[in-house]
Amino acid sequence: MALVELREIKKIYHLGGETIRALDGVSLDVQAGDFTSIIGPSGSGKSTLMHILGCLDTPTSGSMSLGGMDIHDATPRQLARVRGEKIGFVFQFFNLLPKLNVAQNVELPLIYQGTSGRIRKEKAMQALELVGLQDRAGHRPSQLSGGQQQRVAIARALVNDPRIIFADEPTGNLDTHTGEMILETFCKLHQEGRTIMLVTHDPEIAALTPQKIEIRDGKIAQNVDAKLAGKESRFKLSTSSHQSS
Amino acid sequence: MNLFDTILVGIKEIWAHKFRSMLTMLGIILGVSSLVAMSALVKGMENGMKEALVAMGGLEKVRVEAQDDLPAYQKHLTDQAPGLLMRDVYALESGAPLVENITPIVEQHGYRSRINITYQNKRARPWRIYGTWPGILDLEDHRVEHGRMFNEIDNEMARSVCVIGVEIRNELFGDPEKTGKEIIPVGKVIQINGQPFTIVGMFEHYMTEKERKEKELARLKALKNPQAQVGVVRDKGRSGSGPSGYVFRLKNNSVFIPLQTMMIQFRAAAGVDETADPKLSGIYMKVKDIGVLETALQQIRNVLQVSHNGIEDWTFRTEEDLADGIQITISNFRMSGVIIAAIALVVGGIGIMNIMLASISERVREIGIRKAVGATTTDIFIQIIMESLVIALVGGVMGLAVSIALVQSITAFTPTENNPVITLQAMVFAFGCSAMVGMVAGMIPAFKASKLHPIQALKYD
Repeated sequence: MALVELREIKKIYHLGGETIRALDGVSLDVQAGDFTSIIGPSGSGKSTLMHILGCLDTPTSGSMSLGGMDIHDATPRQLARVRGEKIGFVFQFFNLLPKLNVAQNVELPLIYQGTSGRIRKEKAMQALELVGLQDRAGHRPSQLSGGQQQRVAIARALVNDPRIIFADEPTGNLDTHTGEMILETFCKLHQEGRTIMLVTHDPEIAALTPQKIEIRDGKIAQNVDAKLAGKESRFKLSTSSHQSS
Repeated sequence: MNLFDTILVGIKEIWAHKFRSMLTMLGIILGVSSLVAMSALVKGMENGMKEALVAMGGLEKVRVEAQDDLPAYQKHLTDQAPGLLMRDVYALESGAPLVENITPIVEQHGYRSRINITYQNKRARPWRIYGTWPGILDLEDHRVEHGRMFNEIDNEMARSVCVIGVEIRNELFGDPEKTGKEIIPVGKVIQINGQPFTIVGMFEHYMTEKERKEKELARLKALKNPQAQVGVVRDKGRSGSGPSGYVFRLKNNSVFIPLQTMMIQFRAAAGVDETADPKLSGIYMKVKDIGVLETALQQIRNVLQVSHNGIEDWTFRTEEDLADGIQITISNFRMSGVIIAAIALVVGGIGIMNIMLASISERVREIGIRKAVGATTTDIFIQIIMESLVIALVGGVMGLAVSIALVQSITAFTPTENNPVITLQAMVFAFGCSAMVGMVAGMIPAFKASKLHPIQALKYD
């Protein structure tokens, strides 16, 4: 069974009498260990898809399960719990809390799981070590460069040992070189066996990932979902990640 | 998310906006300090009134007084009325076990009876002269400072001795405040309506807390500035006005002589056949326990109904009315104080709500991030409530500190009727109020914040 299963997901907004079909019947499977990019032009619905995948939003109709748990009819409280325990987020604008230092930012997801202070600190330091920023634990986000901030955000996404990591344009706010370093970090994580979904509008970035989903007008284009759910795509995974690293 | 972490987050948030938080707390500080200070002032006032009540002999004192007018249905029995007599005293002693210290009084009203006291060429008019037993000391809360109280032997022998209040001394021998020296007139012989009496004792100077404090202040001032006291000092009139002051002045203007002496020296001429008029003005006594006041009064009533053949030529007086009056006055003051403080607290609460609303609209993104990493609606709700609560509680603690300083400065600068007293109850109550205000004020902002949708919150700039 796939880690994430989407069946006929629809998301419909009503804006001033106008009906917007942000997602219009999306079905896809994500296997554990996949490194998938979601590409599409702006307004295509890729962000909406990621929000639904990330349990930040609920679909209007359709069914979805994550790790065997039904998400489409979960309560907001259950969604919050799923976000805290099974999902890690990396955003375009880093979204670190400026008042907290690096270690405290990384600890944040654990606070809401009721982890005790000592274990939180340990885990935060481990996550920071993974991204190579353990010596910056006491700094404020504003004292770090953009790339460092994004690595802190990755550490935060890793700290609760999530089943899947979502990254929304993680390089969108960084220069090319720093962006490459961030992508390398993701590739490394992928090689360690983590499941990653990366939203981007840049086909070059999408080319680095073994699986690709293209969204156009709220639908999956090129009829690729069957292919992606199959085993063939998993073979591609290793080759493409070799190219990137 | 555990509570300690939540509180810590709240404190950090407040610390991050020190000045803003301080301004927000101001309302709570004012509310709490006014609540505590008000209750302290009222408590002081209450103490002052209770002081007067104690000076009158306390709630336990019961006065049985002669009453000339009989009730309408007994009018025709007026000539049969025996009046209060010594036999009533003995009847009460044996028949009313719930009362003690039964003391007969024969009163000569100073002004109505035109009592003149003279010493050499000085003249004084007491407010009252009591012919009584030594038991009056306890009944009226007297303390003999110089000499002694007359005793049973003085009474038995009908000796011409008297114990006087300080004001009588002041008029006959000189006021220590004007002459600068304290004269103790014990052993001196004075004339009461032309009859010689030896002063065997003098009471202490009874005064209210206020007078005591004013005196202390004047003494300190005099020490600092000795020139000010030279020359003729003007009389500023009687101090200690007001309902509680009267009791003290009355006691200072009293002269007590033994009952038998009173009967022989002042009552002999009153009777038609040259025997003394045996009627008493009143019988004072104390109830052994305030809890059995009603029962004790019934006992007194029963005894006197028998000894007076059912003729009601006497009446009760207790201090309950005074006590009730004190209670009403105090609760009125307390109510107005509570209203003022409540208004301040409500204003403070609105201030907190306002700043919390501003704070959450500033932190929509933060709330979005927290939700994205797993914070539930409840987590956010509790976080905002806690922040508001911490502001209110810190404000409450500061308010308590301010109230202590406030009360102390009131005490230092203006001597009021009585010292304001800060009670622990008032502090706990005020602190509880601040906590409640914090909770209630945080409710709406917390609800608003917790309902934010994570995606909208994340997109918000």
